[in-house]
Amino acid sequence: MTAADSNQAPETGPFFPRDRNWHPAALTPRYKTTVLRSPQRALISFSNTLSEMTGPVFGQNVLHELDNDLILNFARPGESAQGPRIIVHGRVLDERGRPVPGILIEFWQANAAGRYRHKKDGYLAPLDPNFGGCGRTISDAEGAYSFRTIKPGAYPWPNGVNDWRPAHIHFSIFGSGFAQRLITQMYFEGDPLIKLDPMIGGLPDPSAVEQLIAPLDMARTVPMDATAYKFDIVLRGRRSTLFENRLEGN
Amino acid sequence: MPQPLDLLKETPSQTAGPYVHIGLMPNFVGVHGAHAEDLGGRMINDKTKGERITIEGRVIDGGGEPLRDCVVEIWQADAAGLYPSPSESRGTADPNFTGWGRAAADPQSGEFRFETIKPGRVPFPDGRMQAPHLSLWIIARGINVGLNTRLYFGDEAEANAADPILARIEQRSRVQTLIARRSGNRFALDIHLQGPDETVFFDI
Repeated sequence: MTAADSNQAPETGPFFPRDRNWHPAALTPRYKTTVLRSPQRALISFSNTLSEMTGPVFGQNVLHELDNDLILNFARPGESAQGPRIIVHGRVLDERGRPVPGILIEFWQANAAGRYRHKKDGYLAPLDPNFGGCGRTISDAEGAYSFRTIKPGAYPWPNGVNDWRPAHIHFSIFGSGFAQRLITQMYFEGDPLIKLDPMIGGLPDPSAVEQLIAPLDMARTVPMDATAYKFDIVLRGRRSTLFENRLEGN
Repeated sequence: MPQPLDLLKETPSQTAGPYVHIGLMPNFVGVHGAHAEDLGGRMINDKTKGERITIEGRVIDGGGEPLRDCVVEIWQADAAGLYPSPSESRGTADPNFTGWGRAAADPQSGEFRFETIKPGRVPFPDGRMQAPHLSLWIIARGINVGLNTRLYFGDEAEANAADPILARIEQRSRVQTLIARRSGNRFALDIHLQGPDETVFFDI
């Protein structure tokens, strides 16, 4: 079911302002690529117009059967991706704690050895012929989502001489408005590389780091098959439009 | 202690990284099989109403080099000024127009390109009309939080002069960083992340 199919009135109000002190700053010099790619002038703020409050919605027609199964969606018939089998699941909520149904979630990751299927990745670890590394899904009526994959490996990257990315899965999330558009990364509970990572180190608040770390969730494991990790995602909330509508005479 | 407000915090942004194409445009980087077609590559079809235009540009870093690994998304109204979104309450947008596009920078030239239609005008909350525009969202390695900006059209001088968002820009010379030059049916705009020509980015 998508938001468009539900009986709920579509959300139309302006979004709460983004808390820029909760996100990493544009310039985080330990992550060197930000030095030349971070705007230096102040962002110009304005109240949301329709251009920010509306956004694209995707139907089930953009999904294929194996889009939420990275173990099989690139594998040869009868084979499967190598690595620890895991289930990643969670809910998409807004800042008011309400579920966000019917929104597209895209994810991508390295294989179990820490290698991406991308021509720019020169890490010596091997490609897995049965692993592509991308998938997508749409949140259900309660905002819930899940997919099956293998646990990605950590890998070195050219920043400092010996920087390693902790194991992570990239997420791209749409909302009901273009101003909710978000890209983030999910990390795994207990990974000792998390505290060394220059990208995570750009987060000003330790609680924000914790928000990106998925705990092991034994309640969602499949015995003798896969462990599970829970990753809830929070998108910007909307103000109630009740009073604005009256003011504007709608 | 007063009662807690029970508001959640937005999930913190993290960079899209250098391999963003695997997730958003897998076919563009040769990861075939998972998805038949990359999302956002086709915004229009033969029946779409409106003037066909091409949007072209590059994203330039503080050293003057184009980003060859960025992804740009656009969101725009249809030719009548309606958004194809459930949150659009003024009417029903053109069913043959997606309103949303996604393009990767060319790995050699850094150029991105969208085939779309020129949008109609959309009202500001107080009822004044905004000039025709696209909303842009730029993600890449080295960009910690996706960058929001807008593209306005160089052949809309009168509408641009009355646009309530452009009017918010105090340094008037910076307005030009958002206005694409027209040449035939093509509109070109380079986005500068830093320097004297730094593009106006928005906190929306």
